[in-house]
Amino acid sequence: MSLWIMLAITSVASYGLKLAGVSLPRTVLNHPRVQRTAGLLPPAMLTALIVTDLFDTGGHYSVSWPLLAGVGAGAVAMRLRASLVTVFVVAIVTCALLQLAA
Amino acid sequence: MRYYRRNIVRMSETTHFSPRDRAKRATDRDFPERAAITRAAAGIALYAGAFGVTFGAIAIASGLTVLQALFMSVVAYTGASQFAFVGVLGAGGSPLAGLSAALLLGTRNMFYGVPVTQVVQPRGLQRLWTAHFVIDETTAMAVAQRDSRAGRYAFFATGISLFSLWTVGTLAGALIGSGINTAAFGLSAAAPAIFLALLWPQLSRHGATTVAIASALVTLALIPIAPAGVPILAAAVVAVVVGASPTKSTGDEEAV
Repeated sequence: MSLWIMLAITSVASYGLKLAGVSLPRTVLNHPRVQRTAGLLPPAMLTALIVTDLFDTGGHYSVSWPLLAGVGAGAVAMRLRASLVTVFVVAIVTCALLQLAA
Repeated sequence: MRYYRRNIVRMSETTHFSPRDRAKRATDRDFPERAAITRAAAGIALYAGAFGVTFGAIAIASGLTVLQALFMSVVAYTGASQFAFVGVLGAGGSPLAGLSAALLLGTRNMFYGVPVTQVVQPRGLQRLWTAHFVIDETTAMAVAQRDSRAGRYAFFATGISLFSLWTVGTLAGALIGSGINTAAFGLSAAAPAIFLALLWPQLSRHGATTVAIASALVTLALIPIAPAGVPILAAAVVAVVVGASPTKSTGDEEAV
């Protein structure tokens, strides 16, 4: 039962955080510094997510070569103007093949 | 295309094109980015579906029921937080610890509300469902478009297709259970590769490269010393510090 309660709180609060974010008053949103910050938040967060995905295993540094190679292959596909589907497929196939080989 | 005609006047008020450009865009090139946005949204949804299967399988292995796993995907709908919650449980942590980790990670969705609101411009009750779709992928897709109309379409096309496949994937993974070894499919490379593809076009924004490099260094430094979620939130702090600092030039109120 405790699991259900914590799980429900987590889920509803996750939505509440999103709702709080889109409910800021217009006067706040129109402020130039808020607008500039808004433009910088997605690249900052995406970078942090990439870094933790690549180098963080439960609070310890880690490096997985198949993982890095997979993401690298995805990046090459992206630079060749491939679609997101292609980037996705190239990344996981490269990673999976290298994991098999290792 | 006729479907969009009704909205043109209202939508084009929010774009930053000159009136002549607006008229030209409205008549000649109704919505040139639409097909490309749809393809990108489909790609993101595909990866989300595969990730949903992973989440469902891990959730069951961590002691959740099928209904609990599905409830999280439908209501919380924020992948990283959900993985954190079941990850903590799976590692023997308490549900309360899982809740803390999940909410630390979920706080970034609150920050995303600012750029999303500027692009999507939800009014009144529209905020209720707009909020539900605010995640990494939808925010990145919305802010990457040239104008508000394309941004809105990108936001909802990505949000709805991703939500559908994430939920279906979760159910499939939960029903199949822990019998599948998703690590073998190279799926760990999917999220960072997609995030990189979403990040790349955003680096052209003024100051974004500097912020991205600073965020990478701060996050990397905090990994061994801060609880899960904090290294990612620290990147938000970097963006806020740079974005809210006074600027020399007055003309860089860069609209999203």
